[in-house]
Amino acid sequence: MCSICGCGEHETLEHDHHDDHHHHDHGALHAHAADLPVTRMVQIEQNIMAKNQRYADANRQFFAERKLFVINLVSSPGSGKTSLLVKTVEALKAEMPVAVIEGDQQTGLDAERIKATGVAAWQINTGKGCHLDAHAVGHAMDHLPEIKNGVLFIENVGNLVCPAGFDLGEAHKVVVLSTTEGEDKPLKYPDMFHAADLMILNKSDLLPYVDFSVAKAETYAKQVHPGITSLTLSARSGEGLEAWYDWLRAGVARVSA
Amino acid sequence: MSASTPPMHEMSLCEGLVQSLEEQAMTQGFHKIFAVWLEIGALATVEPDAMLFNYDIVARGTVAEGSKLEIIAVPGKAWCMNCSTPVTISRHGDACPACGSYQLQLLDGEQMRIKQIEVA
Repeated sequence: MCSICGCGEHETLEHDHHDDHHHHDHGALHAHAADLPVTRMVQIEQNIMAKNQRYADANRQFFAERKLFVINLVSSPGSGKTSLLVKTVEALKAEMPVAVIEGDQQTGLDAERIKATGVAAWQINTGKGCHLDAHAVGHAMDHLPEIKNGVLFIENVGNLVCPAGFDLGEAHKVVVLSTTEGEDKPLKYPDMFHAADLMILNKSDLLPYVDFSVAKAETYAKQVHPGITSLTLSARSGEGLEAWYDWLRAGVARVSA
Repeated sequence: MSASTPPMHEMSLCEGLVQSLEEQAMTQGFHKIFAVWLEIGALATVEPDAMLFNYDIVARGTVAEGSKLEIIAVPGKAWCMNCSTPVTISRHGDACPACGSYQLQLLDGEQMRIKQIEVA
């Protein structure tokens, strides 16, 4: 409590009366009621994502030093992200170093599927968390063998909402949308499709059996993100996968240059 | 996970907000926060109501306990390439209200920024 005016009932920490910045205006002693704290306004301009951004920037620096092309794969649950990843790492592991970080609320099942291909994988369980953050990704790197001049896939928690706002330090967010979902997903979840640079339309082998219009999905995606690129493929049949691998190879070549 | 507390990233955002407030309390030497004014853009990946819902819980036991969170809504602004003029939009994927084009470049409205705090 302030011994001069006795107003400091709300103050419990140390309280330096010789400090030039001491906020009590003792020139107007007792101008306020003893039970009301003297308050002041502090102007600050701070992004509340600043902490995640610091970790993301550190990750990006770490990836740049190792010339790693880093992809943050996002989608709703069941789009086939992990199946696509299994196919992808099997195809690329012979030509470049590859590693995978898996994010799920629970279980290590996805990391096990990747490890079965012989590629290094680390599983992050977010518990009740709905997204990966840059801090968790930074620590995951401690558990993976050091690789250089290759590609790191981060498979985010299956969720088209929350991961959109969290930079992990990746080069690109890649959103996977499958043909068994609605083609209007880009309009329903615009933040995610706005954040992604590439949209993969997966399960193209099912197109003859579902009412999914590739053209409409692409139109909607370009509405929310005019610069988005789109690839149509099937992780199951292999159709279109070569274009996806070429997109990855081009990215690896860019960061390795 | 109970039905009353669905997973939502606003909980993480509130944690980021309260951590920023605690850092400010350390560096600027104040002991209690009474109110926080937070600017949220219409195009930010955050739902203001969910922030308000989580804030009291996250602030508990911190310098911000019991403080009031005031949200300042900032409209989304984009440059329409077709009209060569700035326009207001309310979400990603909105067309230019004047010409209907989707060729828009964002100018403003993605922020989640603390503007000012009332402290003692």
